Amino acid sequence: MLHIVNKSPFDRNSLESCLRLAKKGSAVLLIEDGVYGATKGSSVEVKVQGAMANLKVYALGADLQARGVADRVLDGVTVVDYGGFVDLVADHSNLQSWL
Amino acid sequence: MKIGVLVSEGPYTHQASDSAYNFVKAAIEKGHEIYRVFFYHDGVNNATRLTEPPRDDRNIVNRWSELSKQHNLDLVVCIAAAQRRGIMDANEAKRQGKDADNLAEGFRISGLGQLVEAGIQCDRLVTFGD
Amino acid sequence: MFTSSENIDPDDEGGVIKKFMFVNRKAPYGTIYALEGLEVVLISAAFEQDVSLAFVDDGVYELKKGQDTKALGQKNFSPTYRALEGYDIEKLYVERESMEFRGLTEDDLLVDVQIVSAAEMADLMVEQDVVISF
Repeated sequence: MLHIVNKSPFDRNSLESCLRLAKKGSAVLLIEDGVYGATKGSSVEVKVQGAMANLKVYALGADLQARGVADRVLDGVTVVDYGGFVDLVADHSNLQSWL
Repeated sequence: MKIGVLVSEGPYTHQASDSAYNFVKAAIEKGHEIYRVFFYHDGVNNATRLTEPPRDDRNIVNRWSELSKQHNLDLVVCIAAAQRRGIMDANEAKRQGKDADNLAEGFRISGLGQLVEAGIQCDRLVTFGD
Repeated sequence: MFTSSENIDPDDEGGVIKKFMFVNRKAPYGTIYALEGLEVVLISAAFEQDVSLAFVDDGVYELKKGQDTKALGQKNFSPTYRALEGYDIEKLYVERESMEFRGLTEDDLLVDVQIVSAAEMADLMVEQDVVISF
């Protein structure tokens, strides 16, 4: 399953809830303000890194670049473009947006 | 692959419509079929042709209309959500006794069943919202 | 309130039955998502799909007993959750953690639901064909 999170983890609990309810082996794609959850040195870094033991985490490059944080992406997070976003949707049999 | 898209927020305030547009464009480029883009909640505000952003900004409404024209995209606006928010096509405006209509080219107004039907017919349904 | 003009025939979906889950994560009245989400749920009943509702995070507040919106001037739509059974929508799942974090118990809820753990909710989500969140 693909989980899409578009909210900053410092503003809403979407990422937290997603990580609580995503099953092992699922993928999480961070887009829009959600990409802040994929950056180094933040207070959620440990939580996200811990989650990566069970989940594959992706972040949308266009949103990282727009926000000036493309150079501080957490190790282990895969950066994708919109085409990669489409591939993630196609490659997972179901998906959910954590609005 | 057949993909449906749900847009739940209006243009400009949230990035949802921009993200949906970029996703739809990329999906078409990759050879997927966009079965339908359904606009719900404040997403119906993506369909007003009265939008007039500053010249150096993108015109989100026109961009959807143009993409629809190029790729024969089915852009559907939820009628109940649209009526709440003052989005009307000419028929609906007449029926409701309104003095104007504002539905942009390429969009059509229909029922919520179109969203459920997209869920049934599509291989994937992707939601963009707040 | 829940009618809208349809120009497609719900009986014409070729017998396809998919598992639809509507995930409710927003409280009522503060925003319209809970109400308009419920409208989609009711329409989906006409398509004879395998529908379930999940209540997670602030979505559990949608089911709080004793809602009274008179002073707001908004319609109290909470009785509709009790009417879902009449639409053959009977799978209502509430995540225990979300409920307990908010100081609520099953007795606070206005309709019969299944209380599930986060792990059980995760299992339910992965088995869906279509997940729509409000």
